[in-house]
Amino acid sequence: MNENFDAIIQFISQPWPWWMGTFVIGFAMFFLLYFDKEFGLSANLRTMCAADGAGDFADFFNFDWQQQGWNLMVALGALFGGYIAANYFGGDGMAHVSQAAVDTFNGISQSDIFNVDNVPLIPGTDVIHPEIDPFWNLYSWRSLFTLRGFIVIIGGGFLIGFGARYAGGCTSGHAISGLADLQLPSLVAVIGFFVGGLIMTWFILPYILRMTI
Amino acid sequence: MKVFKYILVGFIFGFGMWKLEAVSTFRIIEMFHFQSFHMYGIIMTGVITGLIISQLFKRGKIKTIKGIEHKFNDKAKTWPRYIYGGIIFGMGWALTGVCSGMMFLLLGAGYTVFIAFLGAALLGTFAYGALRTKLPH
Repeated sequence: MNENFDAIIQFISQPWPWWMGTFVIGFAMFFLLYFDKEFGLSANLRTMCAADGAGDFADFFNFDWQQQGWNLMVALGALFGGYIAANYFGGDGMAHVSQAAVDTFNGISQSDIFNVDNVPLIPGTDVIHPEIDPFWNLYSWRSLFTLRGFIVIIGGGFLIGFGARYAGGCTSGHAISGLADLQLPSLVAVIGFFVGGLIMTWFILPYILRMTI
Repeated sequence: MKVFKYILVGFIFGFGMWKLEAVSTFRIIEMFHFQSFHMYGIIMTGVITGLIISQLFKRGKIKTIKGIEHKFNDKAKTWPRYIYGGIIFGMGWALTGVCSGMMFLLLGAGYTVFIAFLGAALLGTFAYGALRTKLPH
């Protein structure tokens, strides 16, 4: 019995192929529509602002945010999902990227840190990877107190918060729900996501990551 | 119970996205360099499945839990907000390598520095709310 249980855990712990997205995203979309809701996680940022009393400063936050409580629960569930997946079903804890991508990462760091077997899933030290090359140790408190880490974490967070509300949705709201509903504005927003992402990845990110302060 | 069903939906989504490696910055950089089909496969299957599900609800083949049809809201067809907002979001997505949903997964996984990321995202949201009337939509 125990052996079967271990086998199941090992089976789930393998890296999942891309087509599993059908079930993961399909499950979330189906049940949220079934509950008469819509899938979109960045709306929670607006809710949290409103809950903190931002309505006193801008009308945009003057809405009945308690009606959005369900979405905060989806976010809470996602938090639990991350906890369980990382700690109990993490597998080898690696990102199984292509050789071409490995070459790109090594090009960014101007070294030969990575090969196809040692790219971690998350570029940080806190839980899964006690040791990681300092260059890629981005998601840690130590990193936050460098200019480089501050730009990556605080700059990225600010842009995501600002951009998601400006565009009226994020990856889940536009790229999944919006495209699935054949909304032309969502297609424009997704093209925008890619234009912004390409500019950042190709022309800005390598120089930020190479900063030594 | 009312709350539990939403937590379960979020749990399955979060667990699955972690195992699909969509939380990984390295997967995001790889995607923006067009060096693997993986992320495009996830988005593509997600959209196709979502399309079928949305159509079933739209045509009333499936009714919601309340026994009524789900009302889809058309997004307003004004373009500047989607172009500028989209580009700004995309730059943030590629800069940290994390989008607004994946942030919750990383917090759960124990990367507590994402509290600062969440704070910054709230600040960005608040800044948008404050500047909204002055921005082109």
